[in-house]
Formats: sequence, structure tokens, C-alpha cells
Amino acid sequence: MKLTESLQLALKNIVSSKVRTLLTMLGIIIGVAAVIVIVGLGNGLETYVTDSFASMGTNTLTVSVMSRGSTRSLDAEDMYEIVAENNQFLDLCSPTVPMMGYVKIGSETVSTTSSTGVSEDYLEIAGMTVASGRGLQYSDMITRSKVCVIGAYLNQAYFGGNGVGQTLRVGGQSLEVVGVLAQKGDTLEEGGSDDCLYLPYTTAERISGAASSYTVTMRDENYIDESIASLEASLYKIFASDDYYTVTSMAEMLETMTSMINILVGVLAGIAAISLVVGGIGIMNIMLVSVTERTREIGVRKSLGAKERYIMQQFVIEAATTSALGGIIGILIGDGLSAVATAVISQISEEALTVTPTLGAVLLAFGISVGIGILFGYLPAKKAARLNPIDALHYD
Amino acid sequence: MNPLIEFQQVCKYYPMGDSTVVAADHITFQIFQGEFVAIVGSSGSGKSTCMNIIGCLDVPSEGTYLLNGQDVGQMNKNQLAEVRNRFLGFIFQQYNLLPKLNLVENVEIPLMYAGVSKKERRERARKALEDVGLGDKWRHRPMELSGGQQQRVSIARALVGHPAVILADEPTGALDSRTGREVLGMLQDLHSQGHTVVLITHDNSIAVQAQRIIRLEDGQVIYDGPSDAPGAVVSPQIMGAERRARP
Repeated sequence: MKLTESLQLALKNIVSSKVRTLLTMLGIIIGVAAVIVIVGLGNGLETYVTDSFASMGTNTLTVSVMSRGSTRSLDAEDMYEIVAENNQFLDLCSPTVPMMGYVKIGSETVSTTSSTGVSEDYLEIAGMTVASGRGLQYSDMITRSKVCVIGAYLNQAYFGGNGVGQTLRVGGQSLEVVGVLAQKGDTLEEGGSDDCLYLPYTTAERISGAASSYTVTMRDENYIDESIASLEASLYKIFASDDYYTVTSMAEMLETMTSMINILVGVLAGIAAISLVVGGIGIMNIMLVSVTERTREIGVRKSLGAKERYIMQQFVIEAATTSALGGIIGILIGDGLSAVATAVISQISEEALTVTPTLGAVLLAFGISVGIGILFGYLPAKKAARLNPIDALHYD
Repeated sequence: MNPLIEFQQVCKYYPMGDSTVVAADHITFQIFQGEFVAIVGSSGSGKSTCMNIIGCLDVPSEGTYLLNGQDVGQMNKNQLAEVRNRFLGFIFQQYNLLPKLNLVENVEIPLMYAGVSKKERRERARKALEDVGLGDKWRHRPMELSGGQQQRVSIARALVGHPAVILADEPTGALDSRTGREVLGMLQDLHSQGHTVVLITHDNSIAVQAQRIIRLEDGQVIYDGPSDAPGAVVSPQIMGAERRARP
């Protein structure tokens, strides 16, 4: 007796009791669907985080300087020197001076815009391009020009797309808009990545005080540790202590975030997988009932020459088929739910997070459901195969 | 000619609590190719045990059962399954057709376990159904048929693998007398075509349709001879008493 024939027999039995089979499969369906959605969500989250980090540049290091009260201090000049000293590892440098005050355009106050004082290299470091007008220039830094470049959102929402040449105020300082940045996010939104403003750090330092954090780019992302070490060594020389500064790498932060997401997804998927085990036990339960119900059939088959392994094969394949069918339905439902989840997330949070089930997760879910069918079908099948044909024939 | 079925001092014991029930007590007989034998006895006489052993569903506790010269007592479960498949065709009182399968699928089961290809076994199963007069109903389910028709399907199933022995266990037990006679007629036809038929029954009027009767009582053979002999259908108690009186 061939496997394909056992499979046909199994399908015949499954089709002949649809409701029961569906209820039997329910645990597997829910488990597989849940695993797929959760893994898909994790993937989407990871892609989202990676993308947002990538837009900031994973080859950047952030230097934060604490305790300005110390006699030993570091200003932008020193930082540029340090970067120049370590130019085998480090490339570009920009101070970042966060502005406290709100942006005022005419009589309107825009509270969501993040305004930052930066150097002429910052746009390149952050991977931004100018859509119209010009970017910040070295001369702006030296002359402390009262100019700024603005994000696409501000340009669109407050200047009707013609921001270049207009003026606005930040922290009481009037600035001329000299450039508009190209759109970064998928949509222009308040508080989003296009709701921003950059001015020369020298101008910003006059309003908000000296720079305390710097963004530095590495020449080669493969030498993160060396880059950090050389930077820290130079900083140590100045401060003679490592309490006053920290160097963080975007790549390391991304790695930390990703591993945290993976752990979270792993735990959630594990919880969802419990449902698979429960589903497997459900299958075993129904198969045991089925063996009892079909005792006479087993007796007849044995009397007609079925060997134990054929009976065994028939029941194991039936369990595995039921389970695999549940797995397939679960995969379809999981894919459907992923699409629904993507739509719902974009509705609620306006963030573009795509729940993407991976092929790996789908195959794994299918494999596990077949495996569970075989595992939990084994015991009932063994029971069926061991039945004494005489007793089985006279069973009512 | 070697016997097809040979019982040599076959005993069967069943443990029943602390004691042991002797279901077959040194039974010895031979059945040859082409015979039509009825094994008769009241309930508890050991005829079911006999039928289980002949049918290779059970093995003797003691003694030897040779089927076609092979010692069944020495076989393992798989070998027994193979012997059932190749040498024996069962006809049951309750027909024992599988309700979810249609007639041709029911009939082809023995061929499936024999490893016959799907195409060939379909053809042979259809042919076997035609032989019992149900060729046009092969798509039906057993429940759509009358009892007599179902028993004919089970005869087709018994014959499809060309077994050496047809083993019929109370084949008329669930049928009315008219259809019962029909089924008996079919068994007689099979016999006249050269098949070896072993009929197990408690009913003397059925047993006399066979060519030879083996009568059992309390696990022992008390009569073994032609069905038309004067002693064949005499009340077993009297027969038993007579035989025991002359050891």
C-alpha cells in the first residue's frame, strides 16, 4: 500500500466529517496564524527601526559632553581637531545644538518642529538633500549668519511650497530661509521627519549655549570599535577622566534595538506556539476517539490482510494531514491578518509599519504543524495498529 | 493430495480470572481442496475459536494448524496478516462493509493490501461485483443496499483476491430465510466451481447444505462426516452421549 493511497484515504475521511475536522484543526489554525502574524510584526518592526536608523546613518557616532562646569572643557574647535587627528577612522563632524524655543512663522507658533544648530557637513552626515535654495555653508558658520534650511513639511504647511527667501523666528532670533530639504518620510506630517529646521551651530550657540553633543561619521563601518577607541582616547586626553563624555554608535544602538525586538518576538511567538501544542493534543484526542469509533473498521481491515504498519500509517497520515491542512489554513489566515494589521497600524499610528510574514516563518509553521500531527497521531495510531482483530471485529 | 487445512490436536485456552477456559480441546481434522465443509455447534462449542484459528486471526495454544502445508502457529502478526490476505476470504454475519466507501472500494481492499496497482484492482473489483450481480451498483454505498445485496458484496470482496479458502461465519444469520437461501446457493455455486468453502453455523438446516459436517461440542469434534449420513444432524447430546459411551 502506497503513501499516496494512505493520503487519499485520509483525505476521504477528513472530507466525510468536515465539522469535526475543522474543530480539530482549530488549535493548529490559531497557533499557526498567531505565530505568522507575530513573526511578521517583528519583521516589520525590525525593518522600521533599521530604516529609521539608516536614515540617520549607521556610520555615525554621537559624542555627548557632560558637565560644562568642569575647568576642562571641549568646544567645537577642539572636536574638529580631534576628528582631524583621527582621520584614518573619522571623517565628517558636526556639532548638534538643540534649540529650546519654538519656531514662529508670522504670528503662528509651531511647537512640533525640532530646530537644531549644525555644521555645513550635517546634511551630508544625515543623508539629507536640498530640494530648493542652498544648504548651510562654511561661511555661515564663521559669520554666524542668521539663516536656516527647513524641512519639506514646514515649507509645505506654512509657506505654501515657496519658503526660500522668507523669514521666521526661532528662540527670538529672526532667520532667513535659504533652503528647503527634500522630503524624507512617506508622508508630510506634523512632528514627522520633515518637520525640522537647521541653522548654523555658531548662530545656535549664541541663543542656546555651547554645543554639548557632536555627530561624527566613520570612514569605514567595519571599524566601529577602532573608531570609538581612537575617539575616546583623544577625549580622555582632554578630560583626563571618562566621566564627562560618552560615545555612542548608531550601529551598536541598532544592534541592541534589533536584538531586543528579536527577543520580544521570540517570547511572543513562543507563547503563540503553546497553542500549537494545545492544538496537537486536540488532534490526539480526536484521533483516539476516532480509533475507538472505527474499531470495527480496523478489525475488518486486519481480517482482510492489513498489516499493523498499514493501519499505523493510515492513522498517522490522517493526523498529519488534518494538522497540515490546519497549518495551511492558519498560514492563509495569518497572511490575511498580517495585511489587516498593516492597514490598522497605518490607520492608528500614521507610521508605515508593514507586517511581513517571511517565507521562513511560513515554512516553519507548516513544518511544525505536520510534525505535531505525526507526533500526536502516533499514540492513537499505535493503539489502532495493536488492536486484536477478533475483538475489533466483534466491537459494537 | 495434501490437505489444505489440517488441525492436529489443536487446543485453545483462554484465561478467565483464576481458571482457564478450554475453548478447543485436541481438535483434529483435515479439509481438502474443493470441499464444502460446515463446522456446526451451539454457542460455546468452540466453533468460533475454530473459525478464528482457521482464519489466522488467532493461533492455537497447543497443537498444530497447517494451512496449505505452512505452520500458522509459528508465524508473527505480519505473516498472519499476509496469510489472511493471500489464502483466506472472509464472509461475516454482519457483512462488515465499510460504510464510508462505495462498493468497488470495499471490494478492492484485499487487493490494496496485496499491493495490486490501482488500475488493476479497480478492474478486478468491478469484475467481482459483476460476478455477484451488482456490477451496475459499484458507485453505491453499502447502506443503500438490502442485506442480501450487502452480503453479496462481501462475497465479492472475499473472492476478489482468489483465496484458497472461503470462510463464511454465519453468513445467513442476519438475513431472512429467502435471501439466506440465495446466499447459500451462491456458496454452493462457489463450491461447484471448485472453491474450498468452510461454513461456520449453529443451524443444522444451514449446515446440511454443505457436503460435509464437522460437529463440535465443548471444544471437541463429536461428528465428522458427510452431511447426508444419518448421524449428521442427530441431536448432539445423544450423539455425544453415544460416542463418549464407547471410548
